[in-house]
Amino acid sequence: MERVVIIGGGQAGCQAVASLRAEGFAGPIAMVGDEPYAPYQRPPLSKTYLMGTMERDRLFLKPDAFYAQADCQTIYGVPAVSINRDAKEVALADGRVLGYDKLLIATGSRVRKIKIPGADLSGLHYLRSIADVDALRPAFQSAKTLAVVGGGYIGLEVAAVARKYDLSVTVIEALDRVMARAVSRPVSEFYEKVHREAGVVFHMNTAVEGFEGRDHLTGVRAGGRVFAADIALVGIGVVPNCEIAQDAGLECEDGIRVDKFCATADPAIFAAGDCTRHHGRGGDLIRLESVQNAIDQAKHAALAMVGKPTPYGEVPWFWSDQYDLKLQIAGLAKPDDRIVMRGDPGSRKFAVFHLRAGAVAAVEAVNAAPEYMIGRKLIADAAPVAPERLADTAIPMKNIV
Amino acid sequence: MPKIRYVDHDGKEREVEVAAGLSVMEGAVKNLVPGIDADCGGACACATCHVYVDEAWLSKLDPKSDMEETMLDFAQELQPNSRLSCQIKVTPELDGLTVRTPKSQH
Repeated sequence: MERVVIIGGGQAGCQAVASLRAEGFAGPIAMVGDEPYAPYQRPPLSKTYLMGTMERDRLFLKPDAFYAQADCQTIYGVPAVSINRDAKEVALADGRVLGYDKLLIATGSRVRKIKIPGADLSGLHYLRSIADVDALRPAFQSAKTLAVVGGGYIGLEVAAVARKYDLSVTVIEALDRVMARAVSRPVSEFYEKVHREAGVVFHMNTAVEGFEGRDHLTGVRAGGRVFAADIALVGIGVVPNCEIAQDAGLECEDGIRVDKFCATADPAIFAAGDCTRHHGRGGDLIRLESVQNAIDQAKHAALAMVGKPTPYGEVPWFWSDQYDLKLQIAGLAKPDDRIVMRGDPGSRKFAVFHLRAGAVAAVEAVNAAPEYMIGRKLIADAAPVAPERLADTAIPMKNIV
Repeated sequence: MPKIRYVDHDGKEREVEVAAGLSVMEGAVKNLVPGIDADCGGACACATCHVYVDEAWLSKLDPKSDMEETMLDFAQELQPNSRLSCQIKVTPELDGLTVRTPKSQH
């Protein structure tokens, strides 16, 4: 009977266990994760879990009984260290060796560390794991001033929570707008305004040069000035965990290269989630950092592993919660897309559509679920749309096409 | 603990105890009740935790938020008693709540 080993105990690993069993795979499954917990949801970490309104128990994707019922051997807190493709074996840090017939690499990503003077001071935090938030939350309760390095999703979500804790918050961003990698300029400008109104101070176009302090952080040096801070949160992106694949000779280039079936060049090895680089719907080579991609690639990898390969082509989707605002994004925008605004950002309810070749390629919706949900469908269908109709809020989204 | 009864598309019933404060979606996921995907984990961002609420219980639930209302609009096979189970918080008053899960969440 075939054996499956899953390296990585996150969203993709968990989904792969569920999908393999749902597809009728009957052989042994082992899932190895380097964190000391069962797979859990990361999105709430920077939101409700940091706020303290969601208990740790509620983060777990499945109860332990799920893995028992799925007859999945779970190994937590033990990193996998190498793959021997000839012997079809995975070596673990504790010396154990797991044999496989099919291997799924779902190692995710890790935070990008900042490499400047003072980066080892206490009081400097990153946010990626339960342990990170468990360290950050008590610091929030005693600190007065937070410096956020990087105005991306994580930085801004943490800034929003910190304002609720009544911390003074300064965001230092190297580019000229927030969330520049993830959203279009109108959405960046809207969010910057909302945060400013909530009391967050921004320093844009400002490079961080170092962290001040003897043992504990006292300030952040940036743009030739020092900003006083008790704690700092660094959110400057993630890097894919592809070393174990690279060391095994699998093609990696800022992510493990997989085809549309989530397969690597080795017919026994598949990969899913943040750690992969794959062709997106538009044909570009992309790497996605999202729950959706982890779930959908894991489903497709499971299908391929049981001999029912089905190409991955789902529309990417993302969300972010900041204050009372739900940002929902579908599709991937490009700089040359034609932008169509629907609604007025002043009303805190609007959407930005990105049109390419006459069809919707992406939508960013703020407190605007119909725009998001219909937008997602329009992207999937590649249906031609009239820009003036999209912009007309008198026409319900359902009647746009 | 309040008991919640989940009835799947084929009519199979599962009654489980769900701690007050959790959502009906979490009650299903934690107790291995099939039929609820909840891809986004309860952020009201995906509409994959759609359920049909037993008519007798409909009036006992908090009303839908605008966000839930609009997300639900795009669920498959919408009915007047459709709800997103991540948005129904379990309370002692909901002891005995019955929900049916749809054939598919996608």
